[in-house]
Amino acid sequence: MEQVFRQPTSAALETTYEFCAGCGHGTSLRLVSEVIDELGLREETIGVLGVGCYSTNPVLFDFDCQFALHGRAPAMATAVKRLLPDRLVFTLQGDGDLTAIGTTEIVHAATRGERFTTIMLNNSGYGETGGQMAPTTVIGQRTPSTPRGRDVAMDGHPTRMTQMLALLDGATYVARVALNTPVNIARAKRAIRRAFEVQRTGQGFSMVEVLTACPSGWRLSTLEAMKWMEEVQMKTYPLGDLKVPA
Amino acid sequence: MGRPMFMNCNRAVIEAAILSGCRFFSGYPITPATEALEQASHRMAAMGGVFLQGESELSVINMLMGAASIGVRCMTATSGAGFALMQEALSHMAGIVELPCVILNVSRGGPGFGNLTPTQGDYRIATRGGGPGDYRCLVFGPSTVQEAVDTTKLAFALADKYRIPAIVLSDQMLAETSEAFDLGEPLAEAPVDKWWATTGCKGRTAVYLGRAQADLSPRAEYGGALLTPNLLGLEGGGESFESHMLRLVEKFRRIEAAEVRTETLYLDDADLVVVAFGTSARLIRPAIEEARARGLRVGLIRPITLWPFPSRLLAETATHVSEFLVVEMSLGQLVDDVRLAVLGQAPVRLFSTLGGVIPRPETVLPEIERLLSVVPSRA
Repeated sequence: MEQVFRQPTSAALETTYEFCAGCGHGTSLRLVSEVIDELGLREETIGVLGVGCYSTNPVLFDFDCQFALHGRAPAMATAVKRLLPDRLVFTLQGDGDLTAIGTTEIVHAATRGERFTTIMLNNSGYGETGGQMAPTTVIGQRTPSTPRGRDVAMDGHPTRMTQMLALLDGATYVARVALNTPVNIARAKRAIRRAFEVQRTGQGFSMVEVLTACPSGWRLSTLEAMKWMEEVQMKTYPLGDLKVPA
Repeated sequence: MGRPMFMNCNRAVIEAAILSGCRFFSGYPITPATEALEQASHRMAAMGGVFLQGESELSVINMLMGAASIGVRCMTATSGAGFALMQEALSHMAGIVELPCVILNVSRGGPGFGNLTPTQGDYRIATRGGGPGDYRCLVFGPSTVQEAVDTTKLAFALADKYRIPAIVLSDQMLAETSEAFDLGEPLAEAPVDKWWATTGCKGRTAVYLGRAQADLSPRAEYGGALLTPNLLGLEGGGESFESHMLRLVEKFRRIEAAEVRTETLYLDDADLVVVAFGTSARLIRPAIEEARARGLRVGLIRPITLWPFPSRLLAETATHVSEFLVVEMSLGQLVDDVRLAVLGQAPVRLFSTLGGVIPRPETVLPEIERLLSVVPSRA
């Protein structure tokens, strides 16, 4: 009989799933695992995981990973990739990790054209600490640290880091995807695969920003969260390829 | 016989690092450590290693964490303010992941931005740590270029052996001292199996370095004790955070028992013992010799390892001398460790110079004479 479905071997599936209902992180980790499997690179992969729910929960990948301090994953990945250029190296970081405390590290890694891939999970807030405002929190979004909604005069504007990075000469492939519909999930997987292929062919820095829902942090039901992502979050963070290899 | 060379301390340390198998250097320019960065920029590449100029010391230390995580011998060179920026990651490397690396910290004038004169003001941040929580790093305080070379080689060996960061604490004066040294041969070392290095999981179980992982602990043994990859959350892992910390404490005790290095002079009959390390010890040595020539019973204890500290030697010495004189180019940092070791058995005086002023034989000798004139000899 033809086998039509197989669990990805790059995911540690015996691990208890401890994400909140409706959280997009599980899907993100699943897509990364599937792509690594399809490329046949599980044993050649080194993941550098930032600080967030995706790294605090029990081990979810079944390949070598390193834990990075808040925002510093691109610095670690830089050293790993320079020393082991034939490995697949990626950082997994949240929007708080990457666009706030880790701004310097990601900008300079991209500037240098480091040949690793960054996957940024953007849920527009600090999910792990309870959903406080991050640089990516959209205008008007209520969080525990912006109880009346993000106010431009008080809190400034949302940071579109992916657009900023796309401007850099060292960045080769930059895309933004979302995990709200099956079609978009399929697109997200294709973007992750393309980013890894750009890395494997030595073309430069590659990055995929993934809009993921955080119903707990957003204080919404799962279905409301999907709706909010499409109607609000995506207005600030439009989907698509922001930069593709020449 | 090794290889006679002549260069300044910053550059010599890089040569010692390369001889020790260091193949990764990342750094950020900062006076007075920058020549190490310059030396590494061409020497690493020439040896097939990797050199990276980071965008900040925060990035630099985390680059080191990446290199160390895949088992590559790595180092950086920095000074005061830059070293301060590295403390969070250093704490994590020392106390959580247990990663080896070597940091040349060329102490300059502190506090804060300070200035570029020679001081030993980074003694406390090096030996106590400026990062969060309970941890230790190996700290060496060389007093000559030759000793900086020798301790750098030792630092790489012990960092690997104990899975711990090692700091070579230099200062502006030593850094800018050019003198002849013998690079020597690489140290003969017992091979260290870096089974935990996350280089890709081919042929073995995947490792998640820096986080809990239950089934790997039994494989971690080397050096006679269990060392594991670690932990944060731990609820899902095999060991509790307390058991991790207790194992860490046990490792620190083993290091304290085995790795203290000290030079001593004239302890047999000394009434007054001078305690100094690094540049200040080198500068005042003529004062000790002159005092001896004048018949004064003075000795010297010069810690070469600042952690582990020669506390036992000081405690023993305190039972048969009348007084200690600590000479340091800082406000009173080394003196704290001496007083803790002596534990009130003998008075501990402080001769402190600050702001780039250095202790000189002609300023220290009168103090030795004054103290000995009021201290009754125990002989």
